[in-house]
Amino acid sequence: MTLYQRTIRELHQMLVDHEVSSVELTEAVLGQIDAVGDQTRAYLVVTRDLALRQARHADDRLRANRDIRPLTGIPLALKDVLCVQDVVSTAGSKILKGFSPPYSATVVERLRAEGAVFLGKTNCDEFAMGSSNENSGYWPVHNPWALDRVPGGSSGGSAAAVASGEAVAALGSDTGGSIRQPAALTGIVGFKPTYGRVSRYGLIAFASSLDQIGPMTRDVVDSAILLQAIAGHDPRDSTSSPRPVPDYLSTLRGGVKGMRLGVPKEYFVAGMEPAVEQAIRDAIRLLEQQGASIEEVSLPHSDVALPAYYIIAPAEASSNLARYDGVRYGYQAEGAKNLIEEYMLTRQQGFGPEVKRRIMLGTYALSSGYYDAYYLQAQKVRTLIIEDFNRAFEKVDVLVGATSPTVAFPLGAKTQDPVAMYLNDIITIPANLGNVCGISVPCGLADGLPIGLQIIAPGFKEEVALQVAYAFEAATDFHKLQSPLMRAAA
Amino acid sequence: MRALEVVTRYEVVVGLEVHAQVLTQSKMFCACSTDYLTTPPNANTCPVCLGLPGSLPVINRRAVEATIRTALALNCEIPEFSKFDRKNYFYPDLPKGYQISQYDLPFSRNGYLEFDVKGEMRRCGITRVHLEEDTGKLLHAGAIEEAQSSLVDFNRAGVPLMEIVSEPDLRSADEAREYVVRLRAILQYIGVNNGDMESGQLRCDANVSLRPVGRKELGTKVEIKNMNSFRAIHRAIEYEIGRQTEVLETGGRLVQETRGWNDARGLTVSQRTKEFAEDYRYFPEPDLPPLEVSRQWVDEIRSSLPELPAARRERFITTYGLTPYDASLLTSSKPMAAFFEETVRLGAPAKAAANWILSDFSRLLNADRKEIDDASVKPPHLQQLIGLIDSGVISGKMAKQTFEAMYRAPDAGPALEAAKGSSQISGDAELEGVVALVIEQNPKSVADFKAGKQAALMFLVGQAMKLTKGRANPERLNALLREKIL
Repeated sequence: MTLYQRTIRELHQMLVDHEVSSVELTEAVLGQIDAVGDQTRAYLVVTRDLALRQARHADDRLRANRDIRPLTGIPLALKDVLCVQDVVSTAGSKILKGFSPPYSATVVERLRAEGAVFLGKTNCDEFAMGSSNENSGYWPVHNPWALDRVPGGSSGGSAAAVASGEAVAALGSDTGGSIRQPAALTGIVGFKPTYGRVSRYGLIAFASSLDQIGPMTRDVVDSAILLQAIAGHDPRDSTSSPRPVPDYLSTLRGGVKGMRLGVPKEYFVAGMEPAVEQAIRDAIRLLEQQGASIEEVSLPHSDVALPAYYIIAPAEASSNLARYDGVRYGYQAEGAKNLIEEYMLTRQQGFGPEVKRRIMLGTYALSSGYYDAYYLQAQKVRTLIIEDFNRAFEKVDVLVGATSPTVAFPLGAKTQDPVAMYLNDIITIPANLGNVCGISVPCGLADGLPIGLQIIAPGFKEEVALQVAYAFEAATDFHKLQSPLMRAAA
Repeated sequence: MRALEVVTRYEVVVGLEVHAQVLTQSKMFCACSTDYLTTPPNANTCPVCLGLPGSLPVINRRAVEATIRTALALNCEIPEFSKFDRKNYFYPDLPKGYQISQYDLPFSRNGYLEFDVKGEMRRCGITRVHLEEDTGKLLHAGAIEEAQSSLVDFNRAGVPLMEIVSEPDLRSADEAREYVVRLRAILQYIGVNNGDMESGQLRCDANVSLRPVGRKELGTKVEIKNMNSFRAIHRAIEYEIGRQTEVLETGGRLVQETRGWNDARGLTVSQRTKEFAEDYRYFPEPDLPPLEVSRQWVDEIRSSLPELPAARRERFITTYGLTPYDASLLTSSKPMAAFFEETVRLGAPAKAAANWILSDFSRLLNADRKEIDDASVKPPHLQQLIGLIDSGVISGKMAKQTFEAMYRAPDAGPALEAAKGSSQISGDAELEGVVALVIEQNPKSVADFKAGKQAALMFLVGQAMKLTKGRANPERLNALLREKIL
């Protein structure tokens, strides 16, 4: 097995044992980016010099046996919505073309303190708005399992990088499924922690009450390691939780014996591909064989989660994106004759069609005379969804179902139909609205394309989601399946 | 005649919105300094107050405390639950494209402010006191109409700003001015704002409308902005009352609009009409959790409030026997009230101390636009000066000259000592010579006085004072003149 195919845990052991240096490892991953980057187009920026500099520092630490952390010397990719000081950070949007923030996100600082190596900024749907990565302001990302297919979105670049060996692991962000859905479509593990578990400071905002940063990794152990490094209270984010962060690795191997697993009947949605449904039913049976009890549960308001989400998220986005006006940073249109024209031209030219669509949706929903009917109503629905989860978690420890109703679809298949695109997130969105956490783990292939099993745990019960995910992973080999791109180049 | 008609036919309705910057060290949502007046443009900025992508606000607890303190001083209710909201609009001085403010759950509501107009107490309702962030400042390269470019200074962006909204309870320009005078005094008393209107740290907008006397519903309201002094507030509202009256009297219709006060030209100018009114699309700020304001915290703030102007005014009336008018004036400024009390504590009679502070002293301070604390005359100086008059060492006229000399000097001490030395001429031996000279030079007045004209005697005393350069004791002069003439 080549270096870039390995997991964080394996590589950490090799680094500690001086079997390999961080520079060698980083060069191997950079080599894979050189080899397949043109095919996946996963990265917007590769920070080669920064990565090698950080790798040398990590090697100093490793040689001196000083302050070695689980991520010291590990090459990681960062979704472009995360601010990295002096590195171009655009959220996949032309309106921020060339923008280098003068500060780094809290998660970036934490990874830096661990001694991690930053490979670059990964492609994504513009401002994380999309489910296929086709809304990138730059170029679409191709799925390493089938290059004519989408990798999912919005963290499609991070997912493709991890699935193709262009990164050992990555950070993504999830507002309505943007970590879990691309993880499912590229055969990796994607974890959306509970809102408030990870600081959002330095995450370029899409929808502030829903956005959450999380790990995208090759397996569940790596997910626990990466989450451990980034979770915890941040005084710079008032919405981050002061709850202590448990030791995720210590409970990982607890198994599912005696655990109660709920299967929400509403999650087997119309339009779910039979192969996906079959893989999910098989996965649930396997967990039952591991000693869990299975129970059908109901989340009765699941059908209104999607419409509520498409009010709340665009409403917040319409306000969050108001700052991109061409006055202080980023793209500024030329030739404007006055202030209003400058605003209009900058935003007309700088934003892509999906971002404009959502700004208009959100502006409408917040407008005088419509606020009560849309925004307020959507917030009430959100409360009902939270109550749905609360009731379900009185009876069961976790919920299991599919992450996405389909496998990766061809590029261009849904770009003309926004609603069909929105339906991709129909079973990931409730976890964001419901303030719970959810992880997607590989659970099989259909026609050579990965399928993801979603495990949802109550708010701030990340260790429970990880424990169930690990039990499934330990009993299967799906996570060891590699994309043709990763295999072929090796 | 016309003015009288106006008053009887229309009732003036005024409500005020006062914005007061909170005297905190750091900004509302970040650690940047609030000193935007003395630092170079954009020196006090960071990713948060510049609204850079990914930055998040963190609430300044002291600013919240100052707002609650203000609300309590204005007799407001403090709800247990409050939150921040976003007010969305585009402008280059607003870095995020929205202002973090408070919409439907402000920190306080339902208060009132009492003040007096010419000795009569009035009460104006306070709708709410809420907290928001200030904007940056635009600087235009040249006159705004011709400027080729505008520059933005974000030093002020994010400075905590309280908005104090009154009910439409004010009925004249006088009342509006007195309301702001008293409000400013309270803000200074409780240490939340420095009261500086000229630099914009205290700003006032007025909503002015007229309605026929006896009618309940309000008339079309006009918002007036850009009033930078008490005088401007008074003049602008007076002007607006006149303008609106004229429109109504000539059969015109008023439009709901915003008008700016032009102090130099003494008139209001239309800025924008409500047809283009913004829809601010308020919604709860998702980056800040809602706040629970504990009763214990409110009680702590309440118990730390100092004596407020209204209470002090009452005390000045009852303890020192001042007129309500004098007591109001003295307590309208915290330093002035403190100066008065210290002067009295040192032994000066209250009435005399009040008179000196409110007349000569205030006149000189106003002319120089100075605060009483900045003057070289301190309470011991005034107390001693009053003592010199009372013991007959110097005349009232000399005291006035001495006071001005004390005021003009960087140190009031030497002028006071000089006055003590150049004591009044009270000795009859010296005065008799002066009296003889005056009688000799003014035979007509002497004759008039003999014929019973009392005014003639006053004239003669005046002449004698002139000859002694005001140093003669007027009572002795009076007695000697009567003695010699009659």
